[in-house]
Amino acid sequence: MSLTVVVDYESGNLHSAEKAFQRMAAETGAGEVIISGRPEDVARADRIVLPGDGAYPACKAALEGHSGLQEAIEEAVQVRGRPFMGICIGMQMMASVGREYRDTPGFDWIAGEVVPIVPDDPALKVPHMGWNDLIVTGSHPVLEGIETGDHAYFVHSYQVVVRDPAERLAYAEYGGEVTAIIGRDTMIGTQFHPEKSQHAGLRMIANFLTWAP
Amino acid sequence: MLKTRIIPCLDVKEGRVVKGVNFVDLVDAGDPVEAAKAYDAAGADELCFLDINATHENRGTMYDLATRTAEQCFMPLTIGGGVRTPEDVRALLLAGADKVSFNSAAVANPDVVAKSAERFGSQCIVVAIDAKTVSPGKWEIFTHGGRKPTGIDAVDFARTVVAKGAGEILLTSMDRDGTRAGFNLPLTRAISDAVHVPVIASGGVGTLDHLVEGVTEGGASAVLAASIFHFGDFTIREAKEHMAAAGIPVRLN
Repeated sequence: MSLTVVVDYESGNLHSAEKAFQRMAAETGAGEVIISGRPEDVARADRIVLPGDGAYPACKAALEGHSGLQEAIEEAVQVRGRPFMGICIGMQMMASVGREYRDTPGFDWIAGEVVPIVPDDPALKVPHMGWNDLIVTGSHPVLEGIETGDHAYFVHSYQVVVRDPAERLAYAEYGGEVTAIIGRDTMIGTQFHPEKSQHAGLRMIANFLTWAP
Repeated sequence: MLKTRIIPCLDVKEGRVVKGVNFVDLVDAGDPVEAAKAYDAAGADELCFLDINATHENRGTMYDLATRTAEQCFMPLTIGGGVRTPEDVRALLLAGADKVSFNSAAVANPDVVAKSAERFGSQCIVVAIDAKTVSPGKWEIFTHGGRKPTGIDAVDFARTVVAKGAGEILLTSMDRDGTRAGFNLPLTRAISDAVHVPVIASGGVGTLDHLVEGVTEGGASAVLAASIFHFGDFTIREAKEHMAAAGIPVRLN
């Protein structure tokens, strides 16, 4: 039976991610979804989800603080091509470097940096918080059925700016373009919270759980 | 374009909805999870649970509530009431809350906001400010359900907690709360202009025009209401269509 591991590195709200993935796994017959911070569970996973909230350096330190966990994720995703979904900070970890507080290296799977959102209209508040509509510019199996105009729930003050525009799959308008989805090959990352985004979010989770690249 | 959020708020006491939610199809109108599911289906943008009788003994019911809601509602959930420490924040986040709201604990010691934001990120730390007009253009923080004056200026306090890392302000006008006379717009505007984070306007909504004013005149990023939705005066959809007609971007699909 297929196993999806939601990586627990003691960052943020795992419960809602776990429940949304379990619900969609049950609906799609996609097997088991567990929460774990154990490298051996990541190693045997068929799919990996990296959620997370909080500051970039703290999240990276938390990942590194779990012995062998980061290596297990990198091995599974980069060497064995296991499908990977990063959510919020988990998505930002896919970039080369985070500039929050100080420069912190990410996984460097998607060339780019994580920088503060600076809306061109000073009246726009930061964090970018709430429902915004997606403008879909790329294609990916996980985005099947997701269209420009679909709403997603965002809450963040930093965004990923990619080097290769082809690796940015969707953005949202917020006093400029804010990266919403990045990805390539067997990996995808969403800045918004699919587990909190009702229909479109649950659809993406279902797509991810049934995706067999 | 970012949409203006409409947030129904449920007052909860010992795990039950206090004011009741008057939807015809609810099996148990006193069960917050049933109410949450109804609002989820109705297109609410977020939900807020306020534990109005928070004591150490009844915390467990709130954790259980957060967990049961997160299992069934895939939308953002804020929980407030009796939150005092970063450990309280962690417990509520683990149970299923997405955002946690400080109130009197932040007034007593704003550093608790900083400690929580450093650990969990500003995005999940809300500070609820209950303010009363003390003279024209002057608002003071009140605690203990609006009974206890603190001598603290509301605008100064908003700036302080945002500097400490609050990611959002839930602003309730104690003059207006329960009156259905509309938001305190000068207060809402003053706080909204003073901070760079989103402000949720609360307290006093009686008509759909009040929701519009909170945004257009008050500058709020989101509007929170309880009774107009619970008692079925208006649906979430009606509220959104009214706001859309007034030119406010809302999420309708």
